[in-house]
Amino acid sequence: MSSKKDPDVSKKPRSAFSRRGFLGGVGVGGGVLGSGLLSPVAEAAPASGPAAVPITLKINGKTQNLTLEPRVTLLDALRNHLDLTGAKRVCDRGTCGACTVILNGRVVYSCTVLAIDAQGKEIQTIEGIAPAGKLHPVSAAFVQHDAQQCGYCTPGFVMAAKGYLDRHAPKSIEDVEKGLGGNLCRCGTYVGVRQAVLEASREMKGGRNA
Amino acid sequence: MPEYSWPEQGKRRLMGTRISRLDGGEKASGRAKYTSDLNKPDMLFSAVLTSPHAHAKVVSVDTSAAKAMKGVTGIRVVSGPGTEIQWAGTEIAFVAAASEEIARDAARAIKVQYDPMPHLVKEENLAAAGVRAKAAGEAITGDPDQAFKDADVVSEGSYGIPVLTHCCLEPHGQVSQWAGDKIEMWPSTQNVSGIGGDLSKNLELPATGVHVHMDHVGGGFGSKFNSDRWGIEGTRLSKESGGKPVKVFLDRATELTIAGVRPSAFGRIKVGAKRDGTITAWQSETWASGGFGGGGSPPLPYVFTTIPNQRKNHSAVSLNAGGARAWRAPNHQQACYLTDCAIEDLAAKLRMDPLDVFMKNADVTPRADVYRLQLKQAADLMDWKKKWHARGDSGSGPIKKGLGLAIHTWGGGGHASNAITRISPDGSVEIELGSQDLGTGTRTAIAIVAAETLGLPLNAVKVKIGDNAYPPSGGSGGSTTIGGVSVSTRKATVNALDKLLDAVAPSMGLPKEQLEAVDGKIQQKGNAAKNLTWKAACAKLGAKTISETGVNDPKNPGGLMSAGVGGCQMAEVSVDTETGIVKMVKSVAVQDVGTLVNLKTAESQIFGGCIMGVCGALMEERIMDQQTGRVLNADMEFYKLAGIGDIGEIVVKINTEPQFDKRGVIGLGEPASIGLLAAICNAVANAIGVRVPNAPMTPERVLAALERRNA
Repeated sequence: MSSKKDPDVSKKPRSAFSRRGFLGGVGVGGGVLGSGLLSPVAEAAPASGPAAVPITLKINGKTQNLTLEPRVTLLDALRNHLDLTGAKRVCDRGTCGACTVILNGRVVYSCTVLAIDAQGKEIQTIEGIAPAGKLHPVSAAFVQHDAQQCGYCTPGFVMAAKGYLDRHAPKSIEDVEKGLGGNLCRCGTYVGVRQAVLEASREMKGGRNA
Repeated sequence: MPEYSWPEQGKRRLMGTRISRLDGGEKASGRAKYTSDLNKPDMLFSAVLTSPHAHAKVVSVDTSAAKAMKGVTGIRVVSGPGTEIQWAGTEIAFVAAASEEIARDAARAIKVQYDPMPHLVKEENLAAAGVRAKAAGEAITGDPDQAFKDADVVSEGSYGIPVLTHCCLEPHGQVSQWAGDKIEMWPSTQNVSGIGGDLSKNLELPATGVHVHMDHVGGGFGSKFNSDRWGIEGTRLSKESGGKPVKVFLDRATELTIAGVRPSAFGRIKVGAKRDGTITAWQSETWASGGFGGGGSPPLPYVFTTIPNQRKNHSAVSLNAGGARAWRAPNHQQACYLTDCAIEDLAAKLRMDPLDVFMKNADVTPRADVYRLQLKQAADLMDWKKKWHARGDSGSGPIKKGLGLAIHTWGGGGHASNAITRISPDGSVEIELGSQDLGTGTRTAIAIVAAETLGLPLNAVKVKIGDNAYPPSGGSGGSTTIGGVSVSTRKATVNALDKLLDAVAPSMGLPKEQLEAVDGKIQQKGNAAKNLTWKAACAKLGAKTISETGVNDPKNPGGLMSAGVGGCQMAEVSVDTETGIVKMVKSVAVQDVGTLVNLKTAESQIFGGCIMGVCGALMEERIMDQQTGRVLNADMEFYKLAGIGDIGEIVVKINTEPQFDKRGVIGLGEPASIGLLAAICNAVANAIGVRVPNAPMTPERVLAALERRNA
């Protein structure tokens, strides 16, 4: 993790909780990607966006050369073009955290980052936090404390927890609740998540890995 | 005839203990592949164009611009000219294209002209619904008029709970491929064995022509049983696109608009009682809507079913809004809310502790002993008697605390299920079922039952589900899965073991009746020294693999499973009377589950059910706009779910006392999600001294209720 080299992270470390404020600032409510209800009836809609351009991403330490339209989000680049499907598309507008990845050491919602803007940054996805066949301590703690049911939010929670524990050492459930406040689960697995993150924190010597 | 009954309670090695889910590592590492994660070679993406109007006639659909776009391989118009649209979000056309971006652009490029018509999208006010409300007719038991005249106390109130959506995190959709005379389908479904038949019926093809595969599903909650329009059209688009696989997944706005809702329920309720708290009379005038087809008929009075004198009227309201689907414990949350809030208000009027009123009236429930025990257990865990105060926290300061409770019921009997257990000469064991694991821990439960039966460690058993080529097993709805798969697995595995003992008995020189499978060995009963290791025993099979079936017949479960449970949930909240914000302090859930299979995942189900109760009580509702006819909060910013900081402490007790254990396995997904919603709303009333009539208890509604009280 080259977080110290990145000017973004010289600021006070952000917990997932504060991402809502950050995202609010850039106006996530303004764009609707879906073709559903909120789109007005199309009148001479443009046939397509600007043409695809070469995009180079550094993901889990590996350089990936892609040709993508500039409007493609980092999430869609991961899922549709690189088959890195741990990050999930759920709300698709920076609310739920299911798409969480770590960008230059900072926890971000990959649905609200354009792939083209992620160039030159260290991108870490859940596929890159543990070697094949092994579990990262956060993942292992999620299993141990049954911090998942359907599991669709889980990779996002694991990444948010890892990003949080890389920088913080939670002392209490209240700390964990603040650190993981940017992720949502529908099955209701938060009781397990609270315990899992506290346990993983002991394992990871929370806050000393940054 | 082999003996199928469960091992005695004290003699189980695995069942009822705390076991981590088998697919936990796969899920928590992001390696689990959900259908929405699939990237098949040459796969096309589909997007859906939906109606912005709640009620309209389609005048024309022009797909020429979309068709001309590079990369578009197929377009299917499903609501052509002349179609009358009855809710916003209705599918107009599906497009298939080489990329998701092109598919969306093409959907947007389809020009549709509509002739808008008047719509109704809100049902809170029954009078405003006019002819859209259909009365079901009055139902009378006993003599309610006389009973209300004779009652010492009569309590009356208005109550309402709104439409919710399922909000599955993995949206509805599938990948499907038209491959000659066979269709390959990878759905996101609760119904692996059944969805293929539904698709073939819709496509007018033989039922055997659809091969269904699914490893994981990202939430269903009752909304994912059928092939749906996107399944049908996605498959047709595959055919039109030369048999390439086509992926269709709804975007979040469409998901929250048309992929299913929990019906609302509103009502004016009157309860009459004697001075000692005995309820003598019930009257309810209720209405509900689950969309255009009406829907929603809460069973009232809930749990207290045999109140001697009752008058009930119910109307179904048809709205121009997305339709209802089964939503975890259909109709029960609504019925529990209407009933238990009305009884809490009665208790307040009687100046009695509602715990005493619930206890007093347990005799008009179908399982008085169960509820009395659970009310006591829950009260102990909540420290109810010490904490409870009469309605309205009299303490100084703006933060008020309160307690509330509710009781609930559910069936949860197992569905029809077939399983195969295979024991191979190399000692490996496989169980196959056409079932699915919604996150409830079904895979793990199957492995536990098989390993328990064979005396093997859990990891010696391989569970294969998620394929309709396996023996059919029911859809996962109504908490029917655990009963169904536990029984079919138990029977198949007992049958397979019986065959193994047949093969082993001669070489051990003992009749098979004297053999048992324990601790990875086949041994003589009562003489563990005389044994064969599991591997050595299986080697006696020579080249032959044992393959035995087991069937759960819901009508004849043989004591292995049953139906009908009780549960009690209690809530403690704090309410800031200056801001109207309600916070969860503590919840208690006591639940009957029959014979417990896995303590760890059962607790998770109950935690999750309680958290859904928090969502429904405090934040979750679909908000419709009568002006535009659309869902205003079809996103996850304003369709609010509880976050990790919103849930407070949750204490779960599962009833494992012998009288519960002996009943066999019973489902718990639904009952766990029923009572807490009403309990929280009752706790709010207890805290602030006034009923907030309509859930969710948002700051706005809490402040409005306080204002009315102070006026």
